[in-house]
Amino acid sequence: MTMHTETAAGNFRLSMLISDTRYRSYTFQLVAMVLLFGSVGYLISNLIFNLETAGLSISYEFLGEPAGYDINQRLIEYNSQSSHWRASVVGVLNTLLVAVVGCFFATIFGVIAGVLRLSNNWIIAKIMAAYVEIFRNVPVLIWILIINAIFLVSLPQPKAFKSRGGNPPEAEMFLDAFAFTGRGIYMPKPVLQGGGLLVVGVFFLSIVAMFLYRRHARNLLYSQGKDLPTFWPSVGILFAPAILSYALMAFTSELPIVLEYPALKGFNFKGGIWARGSFVALTFALAIYTGAFIAENVRAGILAISKGQTEAAASLGIRPNRIMSLVILPQALRVIIPPMISNYLNLTKNSSLAIAVGYMDITGTLGGITLNQTGRAIEAILLLMAFYLLISLSISAIMNVYNKSVAIKER
Amino acid sequence: MKKSVIISALTIAGLTAGAALAGTMDDVKARGKLNCGVTTGLVGFASPDANGEWEGFDVGVCRAVAAAVLGDASAVEFVPTTGKTRFTALASGEIDMLARNTTWTFSRDVDLKFEFTGVNYYDGQGFMVPKDLGVGSASDLDGATVCIQTGTTTELNLADFFRSNNISYEPVPIETNSEAMQQYLAGACDVYTTDASGLAASRATFEDPDAHVVLPEIISKEPLGPLVRHGDNNWGDVVRWTLNALITAEELGVTSANIGEMSNGTNNPEINRLLGTEGTLGEMLGLDAEWAKRAISVGGNYGELFEANIGVNTPIGIARGLNSQWTDGGLIYSPPFR
Repeated sequence: MTMHTETAAGNFRLSMLISDTRYRSYTFQLVAMVLLFGSVGYLISNLIFNLETAGLSISYEFLGEPAGYDINQRLIEYNSQSSHWRASVVGVLNTLLVAVVGCFFATIFGVIAGVLRLSNNWIIAKIMAAYVEIFRNVPVLIWILIINAIFLVSLPQPKAFKSRGGNPPEAEMFLDAFAFTGRGIYMPKPVLQGGGLLVVGVFFLSIVAMFLYRRHARNLLYSQGKDLPTFWPSVGILFAPAILSYALMAFTSELPIVLEYPALKGFNFKGGIWARGSFVALTFALAIYTGAFIAENVRAGILAISKGQTEAAASLGIRPNRIMSLVILPQALRVIIPPMISNYLNLTKNSSLAIAVGYMDITGTLGGITLNQTGRAIEAILLLMAFYLLISLSISAIMNVYNKSVAIKER
Repeated sequence: MKKSVIISALTIAGLTAGAALAGTMDDVKARGKLNCGVTTGLVGFASPDANGEWEGFDVGVCRAVAAAVLGDASAVEFVPTTGKTRFTALASGEIDMLARNTTWTFSRDVDLKFEFTGVNYYDGQGFMVPKDLGVGSASDLDGATVCIQTGTTTELNLADFFRSNNISYEPVPIETNSEAMQQYLAGACDVYTTDASGLAASRATFEDPDAHVVLPEIISKEPLGPLVRHGDNNWGDVVRWTLNALITAEELGVTSANIGEMSNGTNNPEINRLLGTEGTLGEMLGLDAEWAKRAISVGGNYGELFEANIGVNTPIGIARGLNSQWTDGGLIYSPPFR
């Protein structure tokens, strides 16, 4: 306030705060600020007062106490004697797992459906249109429940794999290695033996080598116009060293990597990798739901590229699928990426519906059982909000970096 | 400067707004309706019937309190709560009392700041399995998949039970009893665990109840009872003594059939005090003399409520057992009306 009185020294009158356009905007901004801070302050003070009258205080000490409950899917060591904090971390990892796997499959579903919806084949285009419209217009919670129920009812339970009283079992394992049950999918798990780490190391080096080779080939193409073959050499570089080292070790000493097969023991299958039914259903539902939105973004992105581009490319004699991958998609990405970010964010946030199928994500552990057993509702919810905010901002940041890399470069 | 003045003014406004929370009984009387938290649906304890009328054992307690305070057993707004939402609903004042087979534990009483007003059902956690699984005892459950309602004490008991017996299990957390039943019947889990009364009630609703057995082990103590918020002792007294009135009525032989006759005065001074023909017990509670008479008239005394909702002659078929009167060797015992 003092600042303005100085500049307008001499003939400043109080009424000018309203009547003079030089000051009016400041007046209104000040009023708005006071109202905003006032209402926020009112809400906070009301909260603190109500907590005090109820004899409660905000404290995060409960995070160090033993949780007392078990979690089925844990990516890190956890038992019922671990702390609430560790239970929250288990939940965070479960959320991230669903989000990453879900985003991956949503992108695949979305890009395929988006491109195919523009297909000249009438049936394929209409099928994709039906997929997009059906999935986009029914709430995701209902899809999660429907897909979970379908998995649960249509697939046999583990006890159907057991033979009873001489009768052959009702269900059989696929290739003796995979079991598709209502409780999830059991599959063989690779177990590293003595030299297993070496083979894995060789494989990772091969991946690096493959990318180096492809870059070399591209540089050669751009600088000297020499077209090196890329597909078969890439495959060779990727797999040959790993297979060679595996075979070498298998002949000289023991098998470096063996498979652990799931087997029916007692109530359930034991051994192998178990993708729980809740995880499979939740991830699939989120991916296929979000995929429908991504499909529309992809379609919009492609339609945003003028038809002249396709025609120009075609007149150069480029085949239709190469026109799509070399001419249209790289330009369409500039339009597709920004709305894609918000779809990834939506998928991550929608994963908080996990409890509907009994999947223990962060909302199920920290925002569910921990909250309920400790009664620390406000603390747990604040922490939960902070977590989702952090995740969402991280996804945005990563995707914005990618967006910059595909955005049009002004030179 | 100006800003902080406004904030402190608003703060004071906030204080007065918050202070209006106290005095649940006045709130209930002013509203003319009792907000009572119940389950989302557990047959026998609290569930809506074909006409949408709530009925059940816990519902009976809510109606008795409404009759005692408001004089109208139907002046109850039943608020369905899940295991997760019930405490928040009570703490925030959304409901006046919670009668939702809730276990009385130390931490809920002390740390969550609630006041349990008594025990209306002595329960324990049990296991239910399909008969064809061939399991005879809970210690045979190594490696089993267990369906469980999240946000309940059963979740913690289960972890303790399997840890102390050193056997493994796979918990499947589920939000409500009906969803848990659906998953259990679809075979998503081998075992369903909750309070033995809840198991019996759920089993009664199955198409083929005989295909399922409740295992003999009871792995915990679950004293279930109605509760209110800490700090409003007068309201706590009303709920506590309404429940005690129902229990005492059974002990003294006061039933919904003979209450009219008994309230004309009897030779037993305790009955007279209970029904308000002697003494001023109602006045001490802040109610009128006939509060207990109205509470008992709604669904009868404790024993009548039990038999009508969950007793052996209902599909749920729970024997009185621990929930017999102390005079019959049970644990149901009310302090005297004096």
